[in-house]
Amino acid sequence: MKNSLLVTDARTKKRNAKEARFKAYGLSAIIVAMLALAVLLTSVVNNGMSAFQQTFITLQVPLPADKLDKVGNRDPADMAKVTTIGYNPILRDALVAEVERQGLTTELSAKDIGEMISKEASATVRDRVLANPDLVGQTVTFDILASGRIDGVFKGRVTMESAALDGNTSPEALILAQQLAEAGVIETKFNWNFFTAPDASDQRPEAAGLGVAILGSLYMMLVVLFLALPIGVASSIYLEEFAPKNRWTDLIEVNISNLAAVPSIVYGILGLAIFINFMEFNQSSPLVGGLVLTLMTLPTIIISTRAALKSVPPSIRDAALGVGASKMQSVFHHVLPLAAPGILTGTIIGLAQALGETAPLLLIGMVAFVREYPAAFSPESGLFGEASTALPVQVYNWTQRSDPAFVERASGAIITLLVFLLIMNAVAIYLRRRFERRW
Amino acid sequence: MEDMIHMDRAMSTQQDIKISARNVQVYYGDTHAIKDVSVEIDDKTVTAFIGPSGCGKSTFLRCINRMNDTIDIARVTGDIRIDNEDIYDPKVDPVQLRAKVGMVFQKPNPFPKSIYDNVAYGPKIHGLARNKADLDEIVEKSLRKAALWNEAKDRLDAPGTGLSGGQQQRLCIARAIATAPEVLLMDEPCSALDPIATAQVEELIDELRQSFSVVIVTHSMQQAARVSQKTAFFHLGNLVEYDDTDKIFTNPQDPRTESYISGRIG
Amino acid sequence: MQSLTTPLFLIFALAVIGYYLAKSRAMQVAGGDIRGLVSLPHQHALNTALATVVPPTAAVLLFALYGRFADTGPSWLFTLVIMGLGVTGFALSLIGIKTNSRARIFAERWILGLLIFASSIAVMTTIGIVFSMLFETFNFFGQYDWRDFFFSLTWSPNFRGNSDLGIIPLLWGTLYVSFIALVFAVPVGLFAAIYLSEYASPRMRSIAKPAIEVLAGIPTIVYGLFALITVGPLLRDYFAEPMGLGQSASSVMTAGLVMGIMLIPFVSSLSDDIINAVPQAMRDGSLGLGATPSETIRQVVIPAALPGIVGAILLAASRAIGETMIVVLGAGAAARLSLNPFEAMTTVTVKIVSQLTGDTDFASPETLVAFALGLTLFVITLGLNVFALYIVRKYREQYE
Ligand SMILES: Nc1ncnc2c1ncn2[C@@H]1O[C@H](COP(=O)(O)OP(=O)(O)OP(=O)(O)O)[C@@H](O)[C@H]1O
Ligand SMILES: [Mg+2]
Repeated sequence: MKNSLLVTDARTKKRNAKEARFKAYGLSAIIVAMLALAVLLTSVVNNGMSAFQQTFITLQVPLPADKLDKVGNRDPADMAKVTTIGYNPILRDALVAEVERQGLTTELSAKDIGEMISKEASATVRDRVLANPDLVGQTVTFDILASGRIDGVFKGRVTMESAALDGNTSPEALILAQQLAEAGVIETKFNWNFFTAPDASDQRPEAAGLGVAILGSLYMMLVVLFLALPIGVASSIYLEEFAPKNRWTDLIEVNISNLAAVPSIVYGILGLAIFINFMEFNQSSPLVGGLVLTLMTLPTIIISTRAALKSVPPSIRDAALGVGASKMQSVFHHVLPLAAPGILTGTIIGLAQALGETAPLLLIGMVAFVREYPAAFSPESGLFGEASTALPVQVYNWTQRSDPAFVERASGAIITLLVFLLIMNAVAIYLRRRFERRW
Repeated sequence: MEDMIHMDRAMSTQQDIKISARNVQVYYGDTHAIKDVSVEIDDKTVTAFIGPSGCGKSTFLRCINRMNDTIDIARVTGDIRIDNEDIYDPKVDPVQLRAKVGMVFQKPNPFPKSIYDNVAYGPKIHGLARNKADLDEIVEKSLRKAALWNEAKDRLDAPGTGLSGGQQQRLCIARAIATAPEVLLMDEPCSALDPIATAQVEELIDELRQSFSVVIVTHSMQQAARVSQKTAFFHLGNLVEYDDTDKIFTNPQDPRTESYISGRIG
Repeated sequence: MQSLTTPLFLIFALAVIGYYLAKSRAMQVAGGDIRGLVSLPHQHALNTALATVVPPTAAVLLFALYGRFADTGPSWLFTLVIMGLGVTGFALSLIGIKTNSRARIFAERWILGLLIFASSIAVMTTIGIVFSMLFETFNFFGQYDWRDFFFSLTWSPNFRGNSDLGIIPLLWGTLYVSFIALVFAVPVGLFAAIYLSEYASPRMRSIAKPAIEVLAGIPTIVYGLFALITVGPLLRDYFAEPMGLGQSASSVMTAGLVMGIMLIPFVSSLSDDIINAVPQAMRDGSLGLGATPSETIRQVVIPAALPGIVGAILLAASRAIGETMIVVLGAGAAARLSLNPFEAMTTVTVKIVSQLTGDTDFASPETLVAFALGLTLFVITLGLNVFALYIVRKYREQYE
């Protein structure tokens, strides 16, 4: 009797086991990839969510006229002579007084208590006073930043053990901070400043924000949009609709596909050599950053625009030519509008790619420490010519700082960056869905 | 004369039934491609499926070795038995089934491997050869059977894709018979071949009848008449008529069969 | 550049004026009936505007390319020339408006010129890349022996001079990191692609495929930070230190692993395309002989797709070699020739960044070496890309 089909022979069993193993490898590969994504995102979110919270001390600060307005005329110009150093003792004393008022006892000296306040706080108070000189002489309630270490207590970053080893704080300060928090003097609130404030120096991570970086990235995106989109569309139209098939267009084709794969850092070298050294544009300026990113995104935009143009069926072109339109008219009146959603989607994806790019920007000096908000235009520096930084570069910058509080800032900046990217991609997907056309 | 026909009948009923299908329905999503087909296919016989394009010949053929399993939307109901064993039984491994029921496709589809490896592929995966010499022998025998040996013996290491269309198809046939199947399904095996190659393949099919049951789908009525003993005529998913080939071509019972073979529909 | 803002602005204003002037003049020539015109008024208008703007702008760009503004700024003569160009174009095109003049053809020629110019920017970019690096590389080799650069086994820049600037330790780090990344990414990416295209249900595909693609949309700085704060310490605490292989969180392994994650979607989407290009008939042939799906994949589909997959791997390799942020944050800064993957090493890209962001004098070999490194990187990745794209294209043609 021949082998029955109803019983699986040994060899087939073995082969089926192999099949199952192979399938399991495939499935595990997918699981590994998804797990990597999950771990990556969780790690960033875990480290960074706390950047959106910040610890503040609510203090009633007496603003003595004899110290802050020695001339006595409430003229900001004269009052500006009192630097932040003059404000430090006032804030310190206010906090000491607050501790006493709450009936708390501590072994900390007044100086140590003062260290619980951010070094940035005196500048904040001074700015407020100079903006409104009439506050002098009154007792005003301020929400001032707590120091990075105290902030860390409420985010779990600073513990009793770590504080004992830390020269910048002490276990006693932690206890006091906790007591003040119970009394409602210290509070952790949503940190708007993180999006608006400029970067801060190494000693004051609690004050560091993304304001300049977001502005710089925005300027660069504008430059990229206004240069890469028209240039990309124009060159795609030429290559797709007009270009004769010859050596020159072949060269351009090969060129574009290779440019798309050139390492991004090479574009940074190009920017440094051509735009900064040769043409003497300003270092660290969004203009140069935007130009470099434009050249970098151009291949992406060209490739997707050409795909969009290609997907418009030839019958549309023929129809336009058939009623006597010129080739140029058929392209601009009919093909281009039909390809617009595809072009737009490709452009947004190109912009998203440019927004996250870091390496070339490091080389053109955007890694510098910038505290001034760059102006879009200034007579000395021209359009987008003022020194600035950018979101991803700010992340890099913060990873190079020694204070561990900057890790939280860097991760928070990443979350912000990812949210921007998410929005851009969502818009792209929406556009694709909304205007997708099947011919 | 009458006696002759009678004897013929007697002979054919004597033959073993290799494949028996009962009430087979096939759906592709919502399209009903095979409608309640029942048929019995004899062993050591060539059976031809004919019918107009899209009538479901390939679909039915693919049911017999469960190639339809590979199409997500295809759904097969009914009962198909080979040697009286239900091939859609959950216990049946389609892999084992397909070793027993080989298939040759309409378009030659050699693997991008050497000629030798193409033919050796089946024996290797099914473990039919104990050693290299065995394998060499199987390859040679299969290539000889497929009438390709003389052309291919000096270039066994050349890629199979480098052969001509007709040679490629014979290679695919050699590949299929190398696994020593009991049934060979051929879906328009000659549609890519010139008349000489077609004649060779037909000769081959006739020879294969000694050892296998062969089912062949063809669009050529002459071919069906030449190579097959039984013919089934499909129309719009229905099996219209199934009988001895002579009978179908000389004396069809159904008017649809008659108009198809006389060239009026299809 | 600033002093050209005014004349350029004037020219743009002139173009706008020209647009409306031409439009009304065309109407006037036609006697109010546009049927009498060969070209429509707005075509005349477009022609005039373009004729006014394009030549002066082109002149400015050409001039800018020569870099003449670097020290002196444009001379008054040049300002006069571009203003003259603008006014000439303006006047000639306005005078040329007749009922039978073919403004549309002229306007379209201007536009075609602009389109050609735009498409040549890609080529100019390449030329710019090559020349900017070649120039400074020559400067570098003027100060530093090229044999030492290519063959010296030590990299120790010293800003007081007398540096050792051998590329070999950097290349070693680059290749080592890339190798680890590929060892991780190629099997995972390939198997993921195989599973998605051959086994996964449509539902699973619709979830897993976008999820993997999300990995491709994440900027590399994010991967860098992930390497720095999560993967590095993890590998150090659980692998390197217990096994006594090192105490550094930045290591070849850290950077390689994270880069591998980054490359997964790259490998998988390329392989997916390539595997899908293998004709179904090939699979049917194998399944029809009684092969299992995995036998079909391993013995028929993969061999058929091999050239394409090799191309994809080469492209991924070129990606890995040129990647910067992950290695800057994950691999370390010390140039080292070592086999221990848990040690910090450095790469070509890391050194490009550190040499160009430092405070050293721009003309010193310690800075200029970055250009030689960049050129080497460019040549390597370009070679890989050209070769890989060639293979992939050949492969595609085979199944077309
Ligand atoms: N994979 C599939 N998905 C959906 N419908 C299919 C599929 N394959 C076949 N069909 C449909 O099933 C019907 C029968 O197709 P089949 O291929 O069996 O015809 P055929 O008789 O072999 O035709 P031909 O002689 O042209 O090869 C047709 O209507 C066809 O459209
Ligand atoms: Mg068919």
